Parts: sequence; C-alpha cells; structure tokens
Amino acid sequence: MLTILFDGIAYGMLLFVVACGLAVTLGLMNFVNLAHGAFAMAGGYITVILVNWLGLPFLASLPLAFLFTAAIGLVLERTLYVHVYTRTPLEQVLFTIGLVFMSVAAVDYVMGSQQQFVSIPSYLQGQINLFGVGIGRYRLLIIAVCGLLTIALQFSLSKTRFGSRLRAAVDDARVARGLGINVNAVFAVTFAVGTGLAGLGGALGAEILGLDPIFPLKFMIYFLIVVTVGGTSSITGPFIASLVLGIGDVAGKYYVPQFGAFIIYIIMIVVLIWRPQGLFSRAVAK
Amino acid sequence: MLRRQFLLSAAVVASAFAAYPAAAQETVKIGLILPMTGQQASTGKQIDAAVKLYQAQHGTTVAGKKVEVILKDDGAVPDNTKRIAQELIVNDKVNFIAGFGVTPAALAAAPLATQAKVPEVVMAAGTSIITERSPYIVRTSFTLPQSSVIIADWALKNNIKKVVTLVSDYAPGADAEKSFAERIKAGGGEIVAAIRVPLANPDFAPFLQRAADAKPDALFVFVPSGQGGTFMKQFVERGLDKAGIKVIGPGDVTDDDLLPNMGDAVVGTVTAHMYSASHPSQMNKDYVAAFEKANNFRPNFMSVGGYDGMHLIYEALKKTNGDTDGDKLINAMKGMKWESPRGPISIDPETRDIVQNIYIRKVEKVNGQLYNQEFATFDAVKDPGKADKK
Repeated sequence: MLTILFDGIAYGMLLFVVACGLAVTLGLMNFVNLAHGAFAMAGGYITVILVNWLGLPFLASLPLAFLFTAAIGLVLERTLYVHVYTRTPLEQVLFTIGLVFMSVAAVDYVMGSQQQFVSIPSYLQGQINLFGVGIGRYRLLIIAVCGLLTIALQFSLSKTRFGSRLRAAVDDARVARGLGINVNAVFAVTFAVGTGLAGLGGALGAEILGLDPIFPLKFMIYFLIVVTVGGTSSITGPFIASLVLGIGDVAGKYYVPQFGAFIIYIIMIVVLIWRPQGLFSRAVAK
Repeated sequence: MLRRQFLLSAAVVASAFAAYPAAAQETVKIGLILPMTGQQASTGKQIDAAVKLYQAQHGTTVAGKKVEVILKDDGAVPDNTKRIAQELIVNDKVNFIAGFGVTPAALAAAPLATQAKVPEVVMAAGTSIITERSPYIVRTSFTLPQSSVIIADWALKNNIKKVVTLVSDYAPGADAEKSFAERIKAGGGEIVAAIRVPLANPDFAPFLQRAADAKPDALFVFVPSGQGGTFMKQFVERGLDKAGIKVIGPGDVTDDDLLPNMGDAVVGTVTAHMYSASHPSQMNKDYVAAFEKANNFRPNFMSVGGYDGMHLIYEALKKTNGDTDGDKLINAMKGMKWESPRGPISIDPETRDIVQNIYIRKVEKVNGQLYNQEFATFDAVKDPGKADKK
C-alpha cells in the first residue's frame, strides 16, 4: 500500500520533471511549445551517448544533459522560435508539431528506431527497505531531484530580479522594453532553461519511460495534461498536479486495473470541470 | 455527343487495362508491406534486411522470371496497410503481398487477398486467427499460442504451479494469456492473478507490485518486443528476482534485437520461442554471420520469418514453373517442408500456418554477450489455437 503511494509520488515527480520545462515555456512565456517532448528526447539521447558510449558516470551526465539541451534550445530560440512568438497559437502549434516530426525522423535516422537503455550505476538499482516499505533507489533519486528543482524554480521566479523581469516581459513586452529590460535576452534565457529542464526530465525519465524516436509523440499528452491541470501561472500548480496525477494513475492501475489507463483522464476532466483554469491559476484578463 | 465520345474513350481505356494482365508478365512482383517507421520499426528493419539477404544469396531470377520486391511503409497502422495493399494490387499488379508487422495490419489486407486471389505471406504477425481470415494467407512467422502452450508445459514439468500472467492488452497478448492459462490449469497449475497492461503504458510499477503481492512461483510475461527491456529493468528494480519469482514467457521479452543492450537484469529468464540467434545449427551460424556482415546488427525471430517467407515464395514459383495464378501458388505452398535457420519447418496443408520446433531457452552470457541459449526442444508444434476449435 505504502509502496504504491511511493511509486505514485515518484511517477508524479517524474511527470513534473519532464513537464515543468513546459510550464516555463508554455505557462510563463505564453508560447504553445508542443516540441517540448522533442527536447526531452534530446536529453535522453544525450545521456545515452554520454553514459553508454563515452562512459561518463550517470549522475555527472544529468547536468550535462541539461546544459546540452539548453544550448540546443537557445540556438533554436534565436534562429526559429523568435519568429513565431507574436503569431497566433494555431501557427505556433503547427510550427512546433512540425519540429516534433522532424526530430522523430532525425533521431530515427541517426540513432536507429530501437529502444535505448541507459546503463545506470548499480547503486541506483534495486530497492531499499524502509519500515517494511519497498522503495526503489532510482525513484528516490527522482524525488530528490524534483524537490530541489521545485524550490529552485519557485525561488528564482518569485524572489529574484530575473523572475520579476521575466514576469514583466511576459505581461507587457513593450513597457518592459521601455523600462530598459532586454526582453529578447530574458526570453532567450527563459526558453533555454525550459528546454534544459525538458532535457533533464528526458535524461531521468529514460530509465522508467523508455526511450525511442517516438518519445515526443508518446508522452506529449502527459506533459499537456500536467500543465493544463496545474494551471500555467506558477510552478506549484503543475507540481501539485503532477503528484495528484501520478498517485492517481499508479493507484488506479493497481486497484482497478480494468480502468487503469483512463484514471489520468478522469482526473483531468474532473479538475477542469471544477476549475477550468487549472488548479492554481489566476483568471486570464484578456 | 461529347458524352458519347467520353464514354467511348473510357471504354477503350478500361479494356486496355483489362487486357494488360493477360500480356505475359516477365517480372514477378512482391509487395512487401512493413512498419519501417514508428514503434514497430525494428520489425520492419529486420524483415527488410532478411529479404534483401535472401535475394543477395539466391539471386533475383526464379523459374525464368525476375523477382522484384516493392517495399512500402505502413507504420503498423491498419488503415495504411489496407490502402497500400490495394495500391500494390491494383496499380503495381503485384503477385504477392507480404510482410505485415502486426496482427491488425495482416487482417486489414486479408479481404483484399481473397478478392484479388493474391497470396498474402505473413512474415511477422502472430495471432492465431490470421490464417483463417482468407484462404490466400500463408504464415512463415509463428503464432503466440505455439510458444505459450509449450512454456506452460515446461513450467508444469519444473514444478511451477502458481503463476501470475502479465500481458499487453491487445489481441496477441490476449492470445498468449488464454492459451497459457488453459494449459497450465489443465496440468493442475493455478493462475493467481491475470494482469493486463495498456499497450501505451509508460510505467510497469503498479502492475509489477500487484504481481509481487500475489507471491507466485513465476510471472508469465508477454509484451511487445520493444517494451521487453523496460519491463525487465523494472522487474529487477522492484527486487522481484530476489523474491524468487521467475520470468517465463514467449520469446518476445528477450528479443535478440534488443537483448545485447538489456543488461544483466535478464540473465536467467526462461522463454519458449522458435528462433534464437544462437541456434546451434551450421545453417544458422552461416545465416547470422551473413546477416551481421550485411547489417551490423543481430538477426531476430522476425528476420527468419521474412527470410523463410521469401524462400516460400521462391519455391512456390519454382513448383508452378513461374505461373503466378494465386490458387496454383497457394496449392504449391501447402505442405511445403524445408530447413530454415531456426530448424526444420513446414506449412500445414490444412491451416496454411507454420509448423515448427519450439525451443526452451535461458538467457546466458556467451563471450560477454547475452544470448538465448536453447536447452530443450519440442518438435513440430502446430498452432494450438486452431487445434482447440476442432
């Protein structure tokens, strides 16, 4: 019973790590970035290359996956994304879904279509027994990383100067520019961080979710559910949403397996009927 | 006036088309429909490589005719399969349709094979019912009941009585679950829990926990080959191997294609299947060597399905002397026997399904590489799914 709760929390945390980057780009920047999963996949494949091919330790490859993916995100932001910021959501959707298909084909071509397995170190494998509850070591790592991330993100958005600049740039780019904020730079950095988080999520998630070229399509629905249920104006929203969905999904599959796959959608529908803006969200004033 | 001219010219065009097949065909065309992209792409890649290898080894001319393979990608989506099969039959005038990575794809093409009297050679899909859907379907892969029943027999012999089944929730999974459960119950065994996992399931945790709570002797597993590695990793992560639960199942869990990357988690897994890359015959050694040389990856059970499918087509053409009449070809295929890299196989003349040896194998490390090592053989196994109905 407690093991199920633990697994649910870990799964929810994993969803959060993968989806919080989207909460940053979609939620804070108001940009419909369906290519989020492609960056997560990039992080996963970077980890495979670093760990399996170059023999780097797994834990060291996690920050590198973040940095490399952030770099890719930065380049794409400056060259491609910057042209679609002001376009309609539909155009953004078409543009980013196109990127997804291109990434799927490119990864298929370069890395092959088979499943990739990251070789994680032996101290992260297996379970430890705490008071009779079986706890997976790898899942414990996910929870730790996720906890740190949440605190860091929430702090930097609400308490730092950069956070206020970002919020200003999002709310009214023209006025922000007038106040001397370099809006382009703020957006570029934010986007890079968002994609970097996706990369980190992909790197951590590959072990549990599996990794193959259709990863971005397979898990797009999960990222979107987390962000929709959580609301887009804060980091706490998606965090709570991830936990609720993760625990609900795992417990549902354990106790009522015949409906297992649908639990996550039922939770989504109930939450959205109750709070159409998501769990934690201010009403959009537009 | 205009309308009459149009009708006339249309009639001329139509009759020209009708007359076309009568003109002697110098090439025999095989429409090879495979998932080359998407989740089942490894199946397509394996079969495509095997078909190319067969043609490289046996030439492209049979009974005085040139054999041309037209490869099409259906992404394992049955709607695509149907459209592509139709195009191949109507526009390209193929004499065979072949391939079919998944059961729904093979079924989608079945009515077309019947209607056009074109033999459909199923090289991968493994649900029992497939060959019953058209008298023109012949299978060279395997059926899931074939291996599921055998592994049940093996389990009973080795005193495995309490079993949890865990299968992916789609037709082949249901097939595997049903035939395994029936056999094990008939032998005095017990299914303590039957778990179905949604096909697009990212995390096995809750299902594995259920399995662990039931405390079985063994866990019978069927998941599509791509998910086998993820499954085994989580199985070990949960410590089920240490709890003394054995993993048994049909061979998809330890697919040769993925086995080298699965890590030591899978060592000791016992499966029943019709092919292993380490099958100890000279023919297979040559086959694996040639295949690895040409492709840089290991052949798996899908590849032999493709290789033998080509052999079946070649031999049938030899028997009919190059005649491509669908009925004659199917008759030529019925009862055909030959030696394959997987061992002796034949086509059951009644069901047009494959009859083959099923081997019990255990994953072991050989020269630093993981292989399914065969250690017991069940000879000439027919598809039990059909025997049940009689």
